[in-house]
Amino acid sequence: MSTSIHDAPQLAPPRLRWLKTTIAAFNANKTSWLGLVIFFIVLLMAVFAPWLAPHDPVEQDVLSKLQAPFDNYYLGTDYYGRDIYSRLLYGARISLVIGVASTVIALVLGSVIGILAGWYGGRFDIIVMQTMDMLLAFPSLILGLILVAMLGPSMTNIIIAIALTSIPSFARIARAPTIAVKEREFIDAGRALGFSDVRLMGGHILPNIFPEILVMGSLWLANAIRTEASLAFIGLGVKPPTPTWGGMIREGFENILDSYWLVLAPSIAILIVVFGLNILGDGLRDAIDPKLKGER
Amino acid sequence: MGAFLIKRLLFSLVTLFAVLTLVFAVVRIVPGDPAQVILGDQADATAIAALRGRLGLDRPMLDQYFGFLAGAVKGDWGVSLVTGRPVIREIVDVLPWTLELTFVSMILGTAIGVPLGVWAAVNRNRMPDYVTRIASLIGLSFPPFVSAILLLIGFSLMLRWFPVISGNRSTPWMWFQSITLPALNLGLIMAAYITRVTRSAMLEVMQEDYVRTARAKGVPWPVIVWRHALRNALIPVVTVVGLYLGILIGNSVLTEIVFNRPGLGKLIIGALNQRDYMMLQGMMVIYTLIVVVVNVLTDLAYAFVDPRVKLS
Repeated sequence: MSTSIHDAPQLAPPRLRWLKTTIAAFNANKTSWLGLVIFFIVLLMAVFAPWLAPHDPVEQDVLSKLQAPFDNYYLGTDYYGRDIYSRLLYGARISLVIGVASTVIALVLGSVIGILAGWYGGRFDIIVMQTMDMLLAFPSLILGLILVAMLGPSMTNIIIAIALTSIPSFARIARAPTIAVKEREFIDAGRALGFSDVRLMGGHILPNIFPEILVMGSLWLANAIRTEASLAFIGLGVKPPTPTWGGMIREGFENILDSYWLVLAPSIAILIVVFGLNILGDGLRDAIDPKLKGER
Repeated sequence: MGAFLIKRLLFSLVTLFAVLTLVFAVVRIVPGDPAQVILGDQADATAIAALRGRLGLDRPMLDQYFGFLAGAVKGDWGVSLVTGRPVIREIVDVLPWTLELTFVSMILGTAIGVPLGVWAAVNRNRMPDYVTRIASLIGLSFPPFVSAILLLIGFSLMLRWFPVISGNRSTPWMWFQSITLPALNLGLIMAAYITRVTRSAMLEVMQEDYVRTARAKGVPWPVIVWRHALRNALIPVVTVVGLYLGILIGNSVLTEIVFNRPGLGKLIIGALNQRDYMMLQGMMVIYTLIVVVVNVLTDLAYAFVDPRVKLS
């Protein structure tokens, strides 16, 4: 039987096919499922923090300050008698919002820069990528902390600073596959049909390199959450009394000699989220990396 | 090789120049008047004008720019607004602490990471591989200040093997005590990274034809792994070690704070808290210098491990 249009229904509709490839990518390395589950649990805890938290995260109760965990409070209380468990839940919101927002901004801007550089090539490519390399060479944490210090530690500024420091990485990631894809026949075909550069880049290059960018996005989300915590630990986080994980560690550090659980709980929280995102991204990267295909 | 190095050196100079321009711009695009910010809202107009004059902010922008560039080259980086001492003196005073910490951490990270990566690659998809991969992923997940705090709790507070504040190094033993935990902290995180890079580089090299030829000739397995394969796998590793220095310096800031150790990290945080713009400007220049010098050194090392570079 020759192939005809009637064979088409046997293929999954485009949207389902996309879902299938995604699931296949997850199945290629089972640990990425674990990463996804960890991330989702944290996400749910952050979203439902007002219902899950037994106390107001900023309510002070000096009479019950510095209580040890597992007594009256799940994870004890801090120097001002605030419930650490409730603060952890609300702190997750800050971490996730800053992490996701800065990663999305960096992903979009970085991809645009990388695709443009790869597509047009020549001198434009050289100048853009040398600039990116220069930014990449500068210690990103120091760049971030100087930016936040200059702009002032507000949520928006922290997001901008973290996004700026990760743009070069996304530009690098987007550029290489763009160069490879632009030599393919279907791009020539599109050009012959008179498609504009914008349409070719947006409609034909982007979908081809999107999986790679997205996987890097999950790894950079881990990085962004770590950076936000580091900035907050230095004192450049969202202003107190708003709970942030890094800020909780900063405050707890002052009482580390007698109440080390103050730093332990938020430390473990950061570790779990970042580790979850790392195994998620790492597993997916193995699955989509053509070099590694068929190795498992 | 000469041409290669000259090209790289020229590129470094361009980088240095570009970053200096960036530093100049960043310090000046701050919303608001730095003099106003430094003196606070209560300050009167004459005091602000006087400080603007002292900082040279009243001069034309282009004038300031060339003055800044000339100063940066001559080592005149202005005077700290807080201590009144030249910025370069303040930096030179603490620089050895940071360089020493970074250097020891780098050696630790490489010395732990490379053998682990080789071990994982050789035992691919077996227990050692799984263990090192999970361990290195955990290592990569640690924000450096979290691992530093955990080391501090474990070894200084609970086991009491090391002092909580590590600034004294009058005897070799005290020096060892003061650097062990900070260097271990930075070294272990770096090792996690190096292990992964070494592993994938080794996996690639082990599939090469010459490895098969060496096996067929009957070259002992350890010689193949450690001499023939590793020598080639080290090429990407050297690049990564060089690139990693930027991360290492960033991480050292956090490590210095947790272990209360003098260095560039404590200096920059102090400058940030006190809004010492001149100091911040100088710090950015010194960080850039370090990065540029390391890039040149990386290129040299690159030429050393990969003879092919000399030809190009």
